[in-house]
Amino acid sequence: MGDSQKQAMDLHPVWEWFRWLHEATGIKLTIFYDAFDRARFWNGFLTSVRLMAICVAASVAIGVIGAWAQGARLRLLRLAMQGYIQFFRNTPPLVQLYFFYFALGSYLRMTTETGLSVPLVSNFAWAVIGLSLYAGAFNVEIFRAGIEAVPRETVEAAEALGYSRLKAYVFVILPLAFRISLPALNNNLVNLIKTTTVAYAIAVPEMLYVANQIWSDELNVPEMMNTLLIIYVGLVGVLVYAMTRWERAMRIPGYAPS
Amino acid sequence: MIAGRTDLPVLLPFRPGARSAGARRPGRGHALALVSGLVLSIGIGDALAAPGVPSILATLVKWTPLLATGFLLNIAISFIAMAIGTALGTLLGLMQISLFRPVRGFSWAMTQFFRNAPWLVLLFYCMLLLPFEMPIGQAIVPLPAWLKATFGLSLAVMANVSELVRGAVLSIPSGQWESSEALAFSRRQTLWMIILPQCVKRMLPPWMNLYAILVVGTALASIVGVNEAMTLTGDVLAAESRTELLVPMYLYLLLWFFAYCYPIARATVALERRFQVR
Repeated sequence: MGDSQKQAMDLHPVWEWFRWLHEATGIKLTIFYDAFDRARFWNGFLTSVRLMAICVAASVAIGVIGAWAQGARLRLLRLAMQGYIQFFRNTPPLVQLYFFYFALGSYLRMTTETGLSVPLVSNFAWAVIGLSLYAGAFNVEIFRAGIEAVPRETVEAAEALGYSRLKAYVFVILPLAFRISLPALNNNLVNLIKTTTVAYAIAVPEMLYVANQIWSDELNVPEMMNTLLIIYVGLVGVLVYAMTRWERAMRIPGYAPS
Repeated sequence: MIAGRTDLPVLLPFRPGARSAGARRPGRGHALALVSGLVLSIGIGDALAAPGVPSILATLVKWTPLLATGFLLNIAISFIAMAIGTALGTLLGLMQISLFRPVRGFSWAMTQFFRNAPWLVLLFYCMLLLPFEMPIGQAIVPLPAWLKATFGLSLAVMANVSELVRGAVLSIPSGQWESSEALAFSRRQTLWMIILPQCVKRMLPPWMNLYAILVVGTALASIVGVNEAMTLTGDVLAAESRTELLVPMYLYLLLWFFAYCYPIARATVALERRFQVR
């Protein structure tokens, strides 16, 4: 109750300043002074951030597991992994999403008690699945490169100490490979964050989708477009900052793989 | 024999390059797997279809010429965007290593801004904010949607090429600069005659990689209403309105892109390996 009352009053001077800005200069940033637009833009922003966070986590997990599978002894597993990587790297993420949402989604439906046919997987979930698989394919390759850069002597030393393949991977190879792959991973995650806008195509109410609704209603295309650009550049900046901090925190003093 | 029972590498007979054999082998089977997926989905679709409708394969063949024209537009967009983006990006990249600080700062900001903005947002930006026609001198030049989309994509390419150029120039050993200075080359001569020719070789693989990403990115133009392959696929599906057609049709389109991008990716890997400095 308190929240909606606060929104209805909508008298904070900072917000009012934007109304003044509109009246004085014609710059129409309704997302600040119009309670309805502000609420839906904020929700779009949150949806975007949630989508980004889940996809980043899932794609890194796919990368770690996939890189392990690529070195597996089972030939079929290696081939399947290669196929997955090549397929997702060489086809448009947009068409992949369409394929998941429209083609596969048309089979994954269930009928409720009322007789309505509803999709089993929501469009948000499809976006998470599609984008994670897409970015994950790149992450597998990135981690594989990192693993190959781990000095062979280190791996052999682990084997000599009696580590099993999995244990050597988890405790010796991965921690080193992860540090080596961080810059490339950083790049790919930035790309993933930018690609989340593609979820617009399957009507996930993320920031671009909401912005589109707002500029259709308020006819303030330039303002909304610039706002979008600035917010995305800002979000990418936050990620890059966090990754650089992390990279610095994980640095092993004196360890520089050749 | 011990070698047969153990997996300790020390005890195995030495085979050069054995470690990466599995992961690195060029897979000829990928395209085959995709094709067999398509065939499988056609089979399933045909089994699910109502009696009396034309088979899915026949439908795909029927629409292939239309899809091909759409895909040609994708290729055209990618060529033009790559050309514009490379020209502007090279300029921007050279500005990034300028000795004049404001130029360096400006081009750095431009590069970072366009590199960090989503492609789709850039596309919307160009679609909605460029006019549909532009007066150049006396003539009025119309700007069709696909051309505006091309500009949008070339902005993203520009920023990426700019970073490539900067990275390549910085990766040239400083000894090259110093020795050309010792040989009394001017800065411009050094750049054009010594540094940049060496950069071309280093930039080629990532540049091809960028091109493959761009081709894949041209599908985004369908969201902003360009009649390229993705849009046409949607139109075909709407015209046929058969649910069993959905999976084969999208797979078919994916196959088109795959068939175009996969050879580029393989060539990139081959070039990278060839240029690798050991």
